[in-house]
Amino acid sequence: MTTHKLSPNLAVSESGFLFLTTTGETFTANPVGREIILALQSGKSDDEILQSLTSEYDVPAAAAERDFHDFVAHLRHHGLLVSEPKAGGSAQ
Amino acid sequence: MKHGALTIAVTGLNATDNPGPGVPVLRSLADANSGHRFIGLLYDTLEPGVYIEDLTARNYLIPYPSNGLETMFERISYIHEREKIDFLLPTLDTELYVFSKLAPRLSELGIGTFLPSTNQLNLRGKDRLSRFCEEHDIPAPKTEVLNSLSELEKAVKDFSFPVFIKGAFYDAAPATNLAEAVAVFQRLQYKWGLPVLIQERMQGDEFNVAGLGDGKGNALAAVAMRKLYITDKGKGWAGVTIYDDELLKTARRVISVLNWTGGLELEFVKAKSNGEYYLLEINPRFPAWIYLATAAGQNMPEALVRFSTGVPVKPLVDYEVGKVFVRASWDLITDMSRIERLTTAGEI
Repeated sequence: MTTHKLSPNLAVSESGFLFLTTTGETFTANPVGREIILALQSGKSDDEILQSLTSEYDVPAAAAERDFHDFVAHLRHHGLLVSEPKAGGSAQ
Repeated sequence: MKHGALTIAVTGLNATDNPGPGVPVLRSLADANSGHRFIGLLYDTLEPGVYIEDLTARNYLIPYPSNGLETMFERISYIHEREKIDFLLPTLDTELYVFSKLAPRLSELGIGTFLPSTNQLNLRGKDRLSRFCEEHDIPAPKTEVLNSLSELEKAVKDFSFPVFIKGAFYDAAPATNLAEAVAVFQRLQYKWGLPVLIQERMQGDEFNVAGLGDGKGNALAAVAMRKLYITDKGKGWAGVTIYDDELLKTARRVISVLNWTGGLELEFVKAKSNGEYYLLEINPRFPAWIYLATAAGQNMPEALVRFSTGVPVKPLVDYEVGKVFVRASWDLITDMSRIERLTTAGEI
């Protein structure tokens, strides 16, 4: 199981507005993006998030996985994740 | 020295598209509700701060610093006779040398100041900053001081384009090749004189820190900000408070090694290449966005006045992150008679 950790300096609002307190950068996530971010914040693993997405939305597992990893790569690119993902991390 | 409710004179009421810090300094002092009375000191009858209702009790024109120490001292003495100034808070780069040199004489009149010394002002000068940073192991962009065009032609061999060509006091422009560098050099030399500086152009985002030094190496306050909107003059027109431990640590170290006295603004770039903060400039006074720091929880102008008048001031450490300022353009309406009085009598 892989778990990604969000930067502790990221403030996430109800509306999906993200504010990185160390740089002043702001981002907007759409409802699905916000759902993923909140799931990451609560310590959920990739598998758990993907399972939740595929059961909630009408999307093939392969497409969901591709889009999820794409989104995580975006988060990493913008400095919203800390270090490398934790492999084998326990999910809550 | 007298403390409590004071008569405080402030300069820099030029709240224009290149704003001076006088208006936000006065706004901060007024917010403290200490019962102060404010006197505006102006270089121009159209400094907008004069026409903001209830900002100052009285306003006086003062001579430009280039008129010399005596002319300035005479004018301040005249104003002091009428207004009994307790404290003078200059906010503009160009006048700081004059007021710093006049500080002992002003003190004899009973006017308090809290200003960097001439030596401190020199150390942070653009032409000395690079050496200062090197001596104190503070990362800074590679910079060379140029005293002739031939020195520029020699120096560019040690730099990769694009570079910044900067005036010794104001102004800077990028250059992408030698011909552009020569053109900018000649323009800056004509406008501001020598030396002119050549500086490595670092890729990265800019961050600013407003701070207050106690003159003994301690930071009494420090707030970090990132500009959200920049005008074509390079002025921040909106900004947000941020918190980065590394940035504030570096800022406190600069205040410490300079034993900085008074307000200042530090400009940094966070290098894309290694994520380190590089010091671009030290402005020897509060920035025009100082009211954002007040709104975020650190009222530095009030802390400066209190500390320098002998009131114990605990260092301000915490502040609210995510506080935003957005500057607005707002027409103030006045009557020609007020401008007439200020022009002819020099006071209003």
